[in-house]
Amino acid sequence: MIQIIAFILLFGVSMFMAFRAFSKIRRNILLGGGDYDVVDDTPQRIKNTLLIAFGQQKMFKNWIPAVFHFFIYAAFVITQIELIEIFVDGFTGNHRIFLPFLGGFYTFIISFIEILSVLAFVATFVFLARRNLLKIPRFIKPEMNGWPKLDGNLILIGELLLLIGIFSMNGADVVLQDIDPEHYHDTGNLAVSSWLGPALFGGLEQSTLVMIERFGWWLHIITVFAFLNYLPYSKHLHIILAFPNVFYQNLKSRGEIENMPEIMTEVKSMMGLIPEDQMPEMSDDIPEFGAKDVFGLSWKNIMDSYSCTECGRCTAQCPANITGKKLSPRKVLMDIRDRATEIGNNIDSGSAEFYKEGADTTQPLTADNYDDGKSLFDYISREELHACTTCNACVEACPVTINPLEPILKLRRYEILTESAGPSDWVPMFTSIENTGAVWQMPTERADWTKSLNETEA
Amino acid sequence: MSAIQVKTAADYQAEGKEPEVLFWVGCAGSFDARAQKVTKAFVEILTHAGVDFAILGNEESCTGDPARRAGNEFVFQMTALQNIEVLNMYSVKKIVTACPHCFNSLKNEYPALGGNYDVVHHTAFINDLFSSGRLKVSGGTFKGKKITYHDSCYLGRVNGQYEAPRELLKMLDIELQEMKRCRTKGLCCGAGGAQMFKEDEPGDKRINIERVEEALDTGAEIVAANCPFCITMLGDGIKANEKQEEVMVYDISELIVQSL
Repeated sequence: MIQIIAFILLFGVSMFMAFRAFSKIRRNILLGGGDYDVVDDTPQRIKNTLLIAFGQQKMFKNWIPAVFHFFIYAAFVITQIELIEIFVDGFTGNHRIFLPFLGGFYTFIISFIEILSVLAFVATFVFLARRNLLKIPRFIKPEMNGWPKLDGNLILIGELLLLIGIFSMNGADVVLQDIDPEHYHDTGNLAVSSWLGPALFGGLEQSTLVMIERFGWWLHIITVFAFLNYLPYSKHLHIILAFPNVFYQNLKSRGEIENMPEIMTEVKSMMGLIPEDQMPEMSDDIPEFGAKDVFGLSWKNIMDSYSCTECGRCTAQCPANITGKKLSPRKVLMDIRDRATEIGNNIDSGSAEFYKEGADTTQPLTADNYDDGKSLFDYISREELHACTTCNACVEACPVTINPLEPILKLRRYEILTESAGPSDWVPMFTSIENTGAVWQMPTERADWTKSLNETEA
Repeated sequence: MSAIQVKTAADYQAEGKEPEVLFWVGCAGSFDARAQKVTKAFVEILTHAGVDFAILGNEESCTGDPARRAGNEFVFQMTALQNIEVLNMYSVKKIVTACPHCFNSLKNEYPALGGNYDVVHHTAFINDLFSSGRLKVSGGTFKGKKITYHDSCYLGRVNGQYEAPRELLKMLDIELQEMKRCRTKGLCCGAGGAQMFKEDEPGDKRINIERVEEALDTGAEIVAANCPFCITMLGDGIKANEKQEEVMVYDISELIVQSL
């Protein structure tokens, strides 16, 4: 009975806390005020989600991590079946409630979970080694120092705790099945625990075995609840957000940079392409073009940032990063996420210092009256933005279809259009296009090359 | 061969005729000395295959690709809307271009501004000329030569066209020596995103040097490309490696012209 109460309490508290934390992530994602045009093609979106998120298609460009990652992923997904039983047992005080109903199939499922768990166990060590011993370059870039590095390792350690929980629970259970078959029903021959259990725990006292079994059960479920509450603060959030993020990926051509209809209309009216009576009303406010902060990004850009698991495949493919420039697409995403989180926390604080100048501080603090005097440019330097070649290698590389290029271009737009700043080298190119229609100011005419067509050339 | 004639869309209109395709020359193809050679090679191929093509001539402007990618939407809109006015005035339906940046803007960005055309890159266009039998090559010109191919970002990764250029090289009996980073993983030459028009940000190395080193690693004597900016970048990188006597950079159309 005490166990049931403890379980219900644990369940209630962790679900409540997780709900609050996830609601905040949702709110932070919706801080994005920019447009995101979702092309309506649900069948294609479902297909993408099945292939890329569920099937991890893009991971398999790189076989070794893909296979090991798949072990952990598959073990995680399949273990949810056992987790359902743990929940029901937890609420009802039963022990392995599904066993009598499923019989041989139960043995099969648990065995399947156990085999995957062993593979996940191996994979976890491989990943710990890749991060800490082999020091794969993409894991040791400057943006990974501190929390991101610890975060990566904590998840793997949590993974190990889960697996230790499962095998203590099942292993002790198998041994107890011989000693006390009335309480510990015969699960049949489990693929791993049927030999691992006796090997580890054979010959122990019954009371010790009961303790080990309970320890495993509680360790498993506590780790699950801890994980659930850890996710919103961790790169590991990708296990959830990868799915909506792939579903909502941009289905338009990668080559199309989002149009700016407000500028198009203005240029059209300047060029006399819009009849007088159809001219839109121009507002007197000086508009803000591009993005200065997360408010100018789309919700999808921010969802991208929370979906990022900091794997660094983008950065490893970035030509600017490869040649030692400061730009790292992963860092851009991490910065957007950290900035959105910072704003979210400040909004929750409701503190007067975060209100826009002259705003009514008796009103609740929201995205609309928020100003902390900072912007994304305090996180992402101009040097990083200017180094991008828009080559799309980062877009191609991301396993969960994050687009790091979009926010980079939105920040460039802010710099050029709103601040009239940006690299001075670009100014002659802009003026030349504007005045002569060519990227270079030339003394010749565009069609002059045709004049020398029939001259013999070496 | 008889003298090559290049007519403008205005010429066709004056004659009351319609060209089969409009050849979009682009800024590099029009003004850059190296890229002009590619333009001429492509014109020779079109003439050889008997394609009725027009250019816009002095009525053509920059597509606006570098302006848009630098963040200057105003300049992009101005030049793009201007081009669309001209293209629509001549009722242009099909466009071919030897520049993947022009190709991408015309194909993917102009529709949102009211410019809808069937846009092809010259490598795909030439490939069609072969498959429809309008063009034939004699293989063997490049027999025994080691040749590598550089995927431009805007033809390859951005528009997913990896095969047409490779098929053309195969037709020339070329045994391709692929670089380690090719197709979806092809490394940028360093010019895109308006980098062509500015100094590099501080770093250890220029991107074109990194790419050229990889190309040289294949032992290739010829680096085939499909973009005027890549050609400039790769050429500069080869010079920086002091290999300009041994290794040449060619647009695929230039290789084809040598085999006609």
